[in-house]
Amino acid sequence: MDGKAIMKFALFLGCTIPARLPQYESSSRSVLGKLGVELVNIKEFNCCGYPLRNINFKAAVLSSARNLALAERESLNILVLCKCGFGMLKHAAHFMKEIPALRKEINAILKKEGLTYEGDIEIKHLLSVLYHDVGVEVIKEKITKPYTKLKIAAHYGCHALRPKEILQFDDPVNPTLFDNLVRATGAESIDWQARLDCCGAPLFGTNDDLSMDLTEKKLANAKQSGADYLCDACAYCHIQLDTVQGMLNKERGGNHLLPAILYPQLLGLSLDIDSVTLGLAMNKIDITSVEKYLSI
Amino acid sequence: MAYYISLYISLAIFAIGLIYKIATWFFLKTSVDSKTIPTAKRVSSALKGIISTIFSSKVLTLVKVFFLDVILQRKVLHEDSFRWLTHILIYGAFMLLLFMHALDKFITSAIFTDYLPTLNPFLFLRDFFGALVIIGICMAIYRRFILKAPRLKTNPMDIYAIILLAIIMASGILLEGTKIGSYSVYKQMVADYADIEEEEELKALTAFWVKEFGTVAPDLKKPFDTELLEEGSEVHEMSCAGCHSRAQWAFVGYSVAFASRGVALSLDRTGIHTLLWYIHFLACFIGLAYLPFSKFFHIITSPLSLLANSVMDKRGSESANIATRQALELDACTHCGQCTSRCSVGVIFEQIQNINILPSEKIQSLKRIVSGKETDEKGLKLILVGTSLCTNCHRCTDVCPAGINLEELWFNMREVLFQKDYQEFSVLSPLSFYRGLMKEGIRQGDYKRPLDLAREAIAAESDLMKNQVKNLTLTRPDREIQGMLGLSDQVSTFKECFACQTCTNVCPVVANYENPMEILGMLPHQIMHAVGLGVRDLAFGSNMIWDCVTCYQCQEQCPQGVRVTEVLFELKNLAIRNVYNLC
Repeated sequence: MDGKAIMKFALFLGCTIPARLPQYESSSRSVLGKLGVELVNIKEFNCCGYPLRNINFKAAVLSSARNLALAERESLNILVLCKCGFGMLKHAAHFMKEIPALRKEINAILKKEGLTYEGDIEIKHLLSVLYHDVGVEVIKEKITKPYTKLKIAAHYGCHALRPKEILQFDDPVNPTLFDNLVRATGAESIDWQARLDCCGAPLFGTNDDLSMDLTEKKLANAKQSGADYLCDACAYCHIQLDTVQGMLNKERGGNHLLPAILYPQLLGLSLDIDSVTLGLAMNKIDITSVEKYLSI
Repeated sequence: MAYYISLYISLAIFAIGLIYKIATWFFLKTSVDSKTIPTAKRVSSALKGIISTIFSSKVLTLVKVFFLDVILQRKVLHEDSFRWLTHILIYGAFMLLLFMHALDKFITSAIFTDYLPTLNPFLFLRDFFGALVIIGICMAIYRRFILKAPRLKTNPMDIYAIILLAIIMASGILLEGTKIGSYSVYKQMVADYADIEEEEELKALTAFWVKEFGTVAPDLKKPFDTELLEEGSEVHEMSCAGCHSRAQWAFVGYSVAFASRGVALSLDRTGIHTLLWYIHFLACFIGLAYLPFSKFFHIITSPLSLLANSVMDKRGSESANIATRQALELDACTHCGQCTSRCSVGVIFEQIQNINILPSEKIQSLKRIVSGKETDEKGLKLILVGTSLCTNCHRCTDVCPAGINLEELWFNMREVLFQKDYQEFSVLSPLSFYRGLMKEGIRQGDYKRPLDLAREAIAAESDLMKNQVKNLTLTRPDREIQGMLGLSDQVSTFKECFACQTCTNVCPVVANYENPMEILGMLPHQIMHAVGLGVRDLAFGSNMIWDCVTCYQCQEQCPQGVRVTEVLFELKNLAIRNVYNLC
């Protein structure tokens, strides 16, 4: 039971998930709950800083560091659902560690609120927690309804993979973590060329044509490679591959329809969690037919 | 006389102000859409909307929201129990005072036929409610001026509101206190209500009141002998007790009388209670007259905003009604600061000192824009920047105790300001993601315009890019730009670049175009090289830096360890800083 005591995290949701992707929160909570991971809510958490990187480096780091300091105050490691948020928090922790002048400046601002960040906590993505803390074997044991004949294209997401020296998520050239998690559910994780490519989300809203070009290529490649569904674990990637895919199909026509499912939704069904809790109906492109692949 | 004249004047100002304010809800424009909707349409849509809501099942929602959110202030309680208690004490007890005490002739007398302000329970309750309001005011002062929550701003209107309330309460209590101790007031009461003929009886009664009621009489001093007091008590029972409970029940006023008993006689001679009476009712009437123009207007508008928002949504409601609701919402803000305390990007105000980042201040700026008071270009640009630095996380809206849909206000106001054609670079950041998702509600030309303007600003940065010069003249490297790079970790690694083009070859953006330089300008390896050479124009003037998807492929694969993505991030930061001088 010692392992369980360690599996306690401050859940970092960021801005996008509560506002636009509540099914990612509800599915993650139920899956993690079932696998014995305890989550603590810190109401004061704010923007991870990611969307501010283009605008002002210090503002982005300050925003990020405030979250780190809040978790550190509670002596909790952070579990992040969004990969952009994960990447930003990891970058901020790195910058705060490596640049003493920056650490001093940011901590001086945080001190006004009685906060400080010393770098004593870990930042983990949902997939890392499932893979390293819970473990694939434990997940497999808990699965009661494995999938059969389901082909999944696992989308890794840039901001968890690169740069490796900072993120330490998986091998950036040949990652396997996500594929193994997909396989744990009984589904097949297909090999596809564009699996490590960008989904296009960082440019949506600023250069929609380019953003959609990237999304379209990715979808086409996954579909060509025989995928039934895309699987992702990031707020921005998912909205891009779900909502924006819908907009893309409407704008450009063509035959790109490849539904995207969030990993906790995929895993949740095989853990026999009901589809309402997993928010299947909340995805913009219908994914409810994935239930047909479950063995009873 | 003065009382009625000032009452009617203040009532008239209040009524005119109220009518004016309500009228503004139907003509002020908070969005691009609302500019094309005539006032008449807004009035008719509002009437239609109200009637159809009242005669539908939505009326149940209205009733529920009225009790839970308007009366019980559920949203405030959920966020902050200290603030909830503060507000409930002030508004709850003040309302009770208003109904029971200020409007006693109309309300209390009508309900209780034997009502007298000098009788219990009314005598006690008036002080009790007053004490609650004062506790509330003290808590409000403590929160704003001593506790000082981070980034909570206090503006003159907040101070005015607290001062006015404090004057009303303090003058009322001092008035009561001086009247309790006053000999002239006592004599007046005896003359008006008591049927006393003999001097001895009067002396006995006065002795009794001095001993038991706190009256300070000029020629009588304690201790009194028992017989005199007994007689006084009898006279009191016959002449006074029926209409006057013991003054101690008015415990706040009585404490004032007790504390000031040494100077009560001289105060009484100055007629201070008359002065206090003037201050008390004039303060109330000034508050009434000024109400539609002050923070107190939220007494009317916040409930309306809560009710309207509970039955309206962007998709289902007519755009005319949304325009009207948004104009009303601007009046519903109480400047409580709840939005700012929960704002996702509020903390960056410490780094980027633009007050419009904070929602509680942003809405004040919007009020000025909408009412035509903010026309200065610099001010408008600052508001646009502040309004753009928002992740659309919806938290401000979720926690607003007045139920204002703040996020929608920001969204609409951004679009209004974009139409002024200011160059705003934060549109070229992931903050625009939400705008992209919402683009179906924006006219296509309007959607593209700010993006194109920002691109034009980039192009304008670079003469070299514009002229398509093939051969560069050798100039001294711009050490300034090299020096400014280096905010993040190891950005100066650009010096190690030997232009092997790995970054460019692995870039998915470059790979997306047949002729990438035509679209993107300089490519990643060229930008690294341009920075190395200190050629400012080439470094800043390329679309490439803004079209970077930040996938970090270039950085991960660079054989020389150049932090390519970080360099691009910093160039963007510098470009924004140059244009807006943000920090």
